[in-house]
Amino acid sequence: MALFLYLFKKILTLGPTFLGITLISFMVMHLAPGEPMSLQADFNPKMTPEMRERLRAQYGLDRPLHIQYWQWLKGLAVLDLGRSFSPDRRPVLDKIKERLPVTLLINFLAIGLILVIAVPLGVVAAVRHNSIFDQVSTVFVFVAYAAPAFWVALLLMLYFGVHLGWLPISGLHSLMGYEQMSGWERLLDWCHHLILPVLVSGLGGLAGLSRYTRSSMLEVLRQDYITTARAKGLPERRVIYRHALRNALLPLITILGLSIPGLIGGSVIFESIFAIPGVGQLMWTSVMARDYPLLMGNLVIVSILTLLGNQLADIGYALADPRIRTGVQVED
Amino acid sequence: MPWQTREFVQAFRWRIEELSGRLANNSLAVAGLLIVGLLCVVAISASWLAPYDPQAIDTWHILEPPSRAHLLGTDPLGRDCLSRLIYGARISLLVGIVAVGIATVIGTILGALGGFYGKWIDGLIMRFVDIMLCFPTIFLIMAVIAFLEPSILNIMAVIGLTSWMGVARLVRAEFLSLRQRDFVLAARISGASNTRIVFSHILPNAVAPILVATTLGVGGAILTESALSFLGIGVQPPTPSWGNMLTEGKDNLEIAWWLSMFPGMAILVTVLGYNLLGEGLRDALDPRMRDSGKNN
Repeated sequence: MALFLYLFKKILTLGPTFLGITLISFMVMHLAPGEPMSLQADFNPKMTPEMRERLRAQYGLDRPLHIQYWQWLKGLAVLDLGRSFSPDRRPVLDKIKERLPVTLLINFLAIGLILVIAVPLGVVAAVRHNSIFDQVSTVFVFVAYAAPAFWVALLLMLYFGVHLGWLPISGLHSLMGYEQMSGWERLLDWCHHLILPVLVSGLGGLAGLSRYTRSSMLEVLRQDYITTARAKGLPERRVIYRHALRNALLPLITILGLSIPGLIGGSVIFESIFAIPGVGQLMWTSVMARDYPLLMGNLVIVSILTLLGNQLADIGYALADPRIRTGVQVED
Repeated sequence: MPWQTREFVQAFRWRIEELSGRLANNSLAVAGLLIVGLLCVVAISASWLAPYDPQAIDTWHILEPPSRAHLLGTDPLGRDCLSRLIYGARISLLVGIVAVGIATVIGTILGALGGFYGKWIDGLIMRFVDIMLCFPTIFLIMAVIAFLEPSILNIMAVIGLTSWMGVARLVRAEFLSLRQRDFVLAARISGASNTRIVFSHILPNAVAPILVATTLGVGGAILTESALSFLGIGVQPPTPSWGNMLTEGKDNLEIAWWLSMFPGMAILVTVLGYNLLGEGLRDALDPRMRDSGKNN
């Protein structure tokens, strides 16, 4: 019951946050000096003032702001994000839909990679506090955290792609002979192409999460109940992996949720480096072309996905934490 | 109100002195401080240190590997990479520090308002923070930049305006807990005004965590700037920035490794310096962290 109430309250806050996201996205586009239309029009030498007015009316830009917002919001409710300014004039939603799966796939793989590497790294570093392993992994984590992802990507491309020639450095699959491949070969080809992008997009999060795991674990190991468990004569293995680890991992759910925007934001960078046709690359091209409906659609969709990701993390936390699950009140 | 200013400065100074004493004992923090200090010197004295004009085009020496004449090689226009790297330090530090300055001011004001007044003001501000945290920062910045000229000034402003949320949460938490403390209640009972309570009692006690967040924030802002410049929507050529130097590195990846290697290392070392300093500050401030070395 307590859990149900908690979740209900969470979902209630979803609405205002969602509205806030749409409002800020809308304001970003409309309060910037030089309205969206004029930027597109400025590039066209044949544009006359009358044509400009007609275009403005066509896009509804001559109406008051609050009405424009309302119109846009109504469109959003039925998933109509308008049409792209690009020559093909396709609906924005279609463009995003065909790009989204790739970005999500890479991000999920990256999260998986982060979890598989960062958690054991942090736990071992904490258990062997101040050991050589702890110090080496701390240095690694600090360096990985400070390294710009796009630079690491360049270096990996240079070494594994250009120098050794082991890994492909761009695209999602081979251009030559992809059509002739069997299902298995295609899958292998994809994996081959995804190694570098996934590695690069996971790197920053990996460093951050293993740092959090380490400090969270250190914090827990200092608690009285750990001393109690040890005093009872339980084997150290059991103390660490049964008593400490479960509590130390709890805050990581939240951290993982909070790292989603960073991961998705990173897609812009690695997708442009590795020439991967995902949402990040779409965002970049829409910025370069000043394709305003596409830009706005992208921003909103990506933020809503982030919001949902954060909610999932919150729900996961509530399910995992007995204090919330049973409704025992604790001080904030 | 000169007495208020004096009181605030005094309280502030005590805490900084105490902090710098602890900081000197932390080797990581000292290393970070050295890196940051060195970079500031390089940035300030760039015009004396740089062996060449960073924008001087030399078509006879295009894409030369590192040599005695050009220690870090030359770029596709024959410009000296070392000189560009040195001038790039100016841009990176400037953008990082100003952007974080903007973020700190906004974050401190909003966090203090929420934490001090509580109730609906707090609810409103925290909801705003939640909303802002849903935007992947790079996407939001790109959207804004698409409508502005990508100048250094705009980059600083936009990074600042999109990265204040952490500071706001932090300051709010500090204000919430300090507001209830005995010394604040004592000040209130003695008839101190809200202004006085905030500026001479609460804020000086919140300065230390703000300083940590600010230091760590500079590293993040420098990374963001370099990523934007790398994507071509940050600092625009011919002004040298480490990010846009790496764009040239990417375009010539197969023939000129030095173009990719050195600017990236410069970013890495700079961000590392700020992060070490920030972590060192945090350790110096957190009593539990200080004790942990002895216990374990």
